[in-house]
Amino acid sequence: MAGKLNRIGLEPIIYKGSKTTLCAGCGHNAISERIIDAFFEMGIDPKDVVKLSGIGCSSKSPAYFLGTSHGFNAVHGRMPSVGTGAMLANKKLIAIGVSGDGDTGAIGIGQFVHLMRRNIPMIYIIEDNGCYGLTKGQFSPTADLGSKLKTGVVNDLPPIDTCALAIELGATMVARSFSGDKKQLLSILKAALAHRGTVMLDVISPCVTFNDHEGSTKSYSYVKDHDDPLEEVSFVPFFEDISVDYEPGSTQEVTMHDGSKLFLKKLEDSYDPTDKIMALRRLHETARRGEFATGIVYIEPDRDDFLTQLNVVDEPLATLPLDRVRPGPEALEEIMEGLR
Amino acid sequence: MSPTDLAVQTQQSSADKQRVVNDFSIQVATVNGSGSQTANIVLLRSLLLMGIPASGKNMFPSNIAGLPTWYTIRASKRGYIARKKEVDFLVAMNPETAKEDVLTLDPGAAVVYDEPLKLNTLRSDVVFYPVPFDKLVAPVCPDAKLRRLVRNMIYDGIMAKLLNIDLALMEKALTKQLGKKAKAVALNAGALKAGWDYAEANLPKQDPFSLEPMNETAGKILIEGNAAAAIGCMMAGVTVVAWYPITPSSSLCESLIGYMKKYRMDKATGKATFAIVQAEDEIASLGMVIGASWAGARSMTATAGPGISLMSEFTGLAYYAETPAVIFDVQRVGPSTGLPTRTAQGDLLSTAFLSHGDTKHIMLIPSSVEECYEMALQAFDLAEQFQTPIFVMLDLDLGMNNWMSDGFKYPDKPINRGKMLTAEKLQELGTWGRYADVEGDGIPYRTIPGDGMPSYFTRGSGHNAKAQYSERPDDYVNNMDRLSRKFETSRKFVPKAVVEQVADAKIGFIGYGTTHWAIGESRDQLREETDVKTSYYRLRAYPFTDDLNAFIDGHERIYVIEQNRDAQLRQLMKLELTPERCAKLRSVLHYSGLPIDARSVTEDVLAQEGFEVAKKTVHIATVAGGGMTGGE
Repeated sequence: MAGKLNRIGLEPIIYKGSKTTLCAGCGHNAISERIIDAFFEMGIDPKDVVKLSGIGCSSKSPAYFLGTSHGFNAVHGRMPSVGTGAMLANKKLIAIGVSGDGDTGAIGIGQFVHLMRRNIPMIYIIEDNGCYGLTKGQFSPTADLGSKLKTGVVNDLPPIDTCALAIELGATMVARSFSGDKKQLLSILKAALAHRGTVMLDVISPCVTFNDHEGSTKSYSYVKDHDDPLEEVSFVPFFEDISVDYEPGSTQEVTMHDGSKLFLKKLEDSYDPTDKIMALRRLHETARRGEFATGIVYIEPDRDDFLTQLNVVDEPLATLPLDRVRPGPEALEEIMEGLR
Repeated sequence: MSPTDLAVQTQQSSADKQRVVNDFSIQVATVNGSGSQTANIVLLRSLLLMGIPASGKNMFPSNIAGLPTWYTIRASKRGYIARKKEVDFLVAMNPETAKEDVLTLDPGAAVVYDEPLKLNTLRSDVVFYPVPFDKLVAPVCPDAKLRRLVRNMIYDGIMAKLLNIDLALMEKALTKQLGKKAKAVALNAGALKAGWDYAEANLPKQDPFSLEPMNETAGKILIEGNAAAAIGCMMAGVTVVAWYPITPSSSLCESLIGYMKKYRMDKATGKATFAIVQAEDEIASLGMVIGASWAGARSMTATAGPGISLMSEFTGLAYYAETPAVIFDVQRVGPSTGLPTRTAQGDLLSTAFLSHGDTKHIMLIPSSVEECYEMALQAFDLAEQFQTPIFVMLDLDLGMNNWMSDGFKYPDKPINRGKMLTAEKLQELGTWGRYADVEGDGIPYRTIPGDGMPSYFTRGSGHNAKAQYSERPDDYVNNMDRLSRKFETSRKFVPKAVVEQVADAKIGFIGYGTTHWAIGESRDQLREETDVKTSYYRLRAYPFTDDLNAFIDGHERIYVIEQNRDAQLRQLMKLELTPERCAKLRSVLHYSGLPIDARSVTEDVLAQEGFEVAKKTVHIATVAGGGMTGGE
C-alpha cells in the first residue's frame, strides 16, 4: 500500500491512528479500519476533520484512526452537544462522532434525540454491542429481549432501536451495518461523507469478551445468521466518472448533496429508503423476526441542515475578524440613546 | 457618641416627618399578569425625567398570572439605589395582600387603595387615599376587556398629583415606554388624566411625601443587568451562544438575540455572524459552548443555580481540557420550586470549585449594570487568555431589575484571543505540546481545528504536556501544578477590588455584587448616626487580588457582608487567609430572598459592635405569598 496516494495526494498512513488498546477481535477495531479506508478513498483532508466521542470502549476508538485530526473525548453521553458546538463554530469542518449503545441509549439518550432533531452535519456512529464493555459486561439499552449475559442473567426489557428512533426524530440519513461486513460498511461510510446533515449509523459490533456467547443476540454468529440486508449498496463518489448499468426497476439511484451517487440494488422486494413510513415498518418487521435490517434504512438528501437554517455566514464563525463581530461606536450610541 | 444617642436621633427623625422631599419609597402591590409593570416603569421613568435618582425593584412570584406581586420604587436625593427596608407610600391594588401590606407599614406612611377594599378601618396612624378605580376606568376605557390593564395607569395619575409630578412629563414617560403604539398611548394618557383629575378634586394632600425636580439624571440610562451583560457579549464579539430558559437568566440571552439580530447581521450577505441555539438543557448548553470554544469560537451561556449544578461535570472537563467558556450565573434562591424569582448570592462557594477532582474557577462579580457590560467584555478575553471557564456572577436583583446608570463606554482595545499557536510561534518554539508551559505562567499554546496547525487529542485530566494519554503519576502531578500556576497568574489579570480606605476607621467592610448598594448607604448611616467610621473593600473577582491581606491588616474588625446563609465569601477567604486574619472576620448575612437593605446592615453591625439598637418590627409584607407554583 505504501506510496499509493489518494486524490488529494496523501498516503494511507496519514489516515491511521495510534495502536488500538481494545480487545483482539473487537468489532470496533474493524469499524476503525473502515473509517480509515473511507476517509482515504474519499480524499478527505484529516486537517478538516474533528473526531468526537463520549465514554466507553467505542469512545476510545477515535484515537485509533485519523491520527492527524483534532479529537475530543467528551463526557459520558454528551458528545452530541460538543460536536454541535464545534460545527456551529466552524461549518467547514467534517465531524465524525463515535458513541456506544450505552453512551447513546442510556446516559446520552437526551442529547442523541436533539442531535437527530437538529440535523447537524455530522456522522454519528453507534458501535453497538448491547453491553457495557468497559465496566465488564452489564446490559445496555439496545440489548434484545431475552438476550443472555455470560452470567446467565436474561434481559427482560425491550430494546431501544436507535435507527427507528433516529428516523422518527428527523435524522436525514439512517443506516445499520455489521462490523464484519466490510463492503457494506465501507459503502455506507463513503455515502455518509457525501451527505450534508446528520448521519446516524448503527453498527452491530460484537463484544468478544462479554457478549459473544450462546444466548447473546449480539454475538458474531447470531448477527451473521440474522443479518437481513435491505439492498445492495454501491456508492460512486462525485469525483469518479463511473456509470452503473442496471435493469430499470431493479436499482434505486440517489443523488447525494455533493453530487455523489448511491445505487441501491433491490433484493427480494421493492424497498424504498426515501419512504419514512416504509422504513419504520421494515425495522419493526425484521425486529419481530429477530433479525437485523442492514443497509441504508432511510435517506432524505435535500433537507437543510441546522447551520443553513440558522443562516450563518459562509466563513467559519470561529475566525471572523474583529470588525465583523464588534459593531461600531454608532451602534452602541444608538442602544444607549434608546435607554435614556 | 454614646449608644443612647442613637435612640434619641431616631425619635427626632420620625418627629421631623413634616415634609419628606425626594427621599422615600413607593410600593405598588398588584396581581401578577395585570399589566402593572407598564404603570410601574412609567412612574419610575417620571422620577428620572424629573432628575431625581431612583431605582425600581420587582418582587414577583413564579407565576404568569394571578399571584401577588410588588414593585418598589425608591426616590433618593442622595442617590441611594438599594432597596429601602421601609415602605413609605403604598399603592394597594391587590385584595389578597392589601390587609397585610397595610398592617406592616410604619406609622406615618401613606396608602392609595382601591376603595371597595375599605382599608381605612385597619389603622389610624397612616394616611389613606381611597380611589374608586373601577368607576374611574369605565369612562376612559370603553373596551371592557382592556380595563383590567388600563386601571393601573390611573394610580400613576393619582400619584402624579399627590407627589407633585408634572402630568405632561409623565405622559412623556408613557410615550417612551409604549413607543409607537399611538392608540395605546392615547388610551393610557386618558387614564393618567382621569387619575390626576380625581385626586385634584377629591384627595387633599395629607401625607408628608413629595417630589421636586433635581438635576441628577442627565444622560443616564435605565437598564436591567441582563441586558447590559448582553450588550457586553455582543461587543466582545461572541459568535456562539447556547442556552436553556431559566429564571432569572433568560432575559440575558433573549436581549442578546434582539441586539444580535439588529447589529450583527453581515451587511454584504444579510447572514448572521453568530449562531444562537436554545439547547435541550443546561448540560447541552455548556457542551455546545465547550465544543464551539474548542473549535475557536467566542462562546457563552447564561443560567442560574440549577443550571450551574447541571454544568458541573462539563465545567470540570473544560477546566482540564483547557477550553475557554463564558458562563453567566444569574443567581437566585434555592433549587426546584424554591424561590426561583427571588434574589441571593448563594452560588459563590459551589461555583468556585464546581465539578470533581481538584477544580477552581475564575469568577467575576459585577455590582452595577455598567460592570455587567464591562465584565462581559472582559470575561471573553480572560476565558481565551486563560483557556478556562469564566463565571460572571450576577444575581436576580442586578439581572432583572431596572437600574439607573451612566451610558456604557465603547471598548477601547481589541479583543485578546490569548495564546493561539501560529506558524511563526511554532518555528520559534521548535516543538509544540498542547499542555506545555513554555513561558512559566502556566498557560499553554493552543490550536484549533481547521487552522492548519498541529492537532491534538482533547480529553480530561489524564494527559502529559503533549496531550498524549497518560496515567503516569509524574505527568498527573506536573499537569495539576501547572494548572495551579495558571490560576495564580490569573490573580494579576482579574478585576481588582475597589478599595476605600478611611482614616482612623477600625472597621473594614468587605462586600461584593449587589450588596454594594446597601453597604454604601449603611456606611453613611453609621457615620452620620453613630459616628462609626468604616473602610470598604469591594471584591470584584475570584481568585482574590493581592491587596486583600493589606486591607484586613489595616483594620481591627472585618465585616463580610453577603446575601446568603452560610457566609460563602467568608468561607472562601478562610481557605487562603492566615489564622490571624481569619480571626478578624465577622459576617453580616441577609437571605430572605429580598435584596439586602442598608438599615439591616447598619443594625446588624451596630449590634455586633455592642450598641443597643432599637430594632424595628421586621417588615414581612413582601415575603408573604405562599402557594407559589411553577418552577422555571
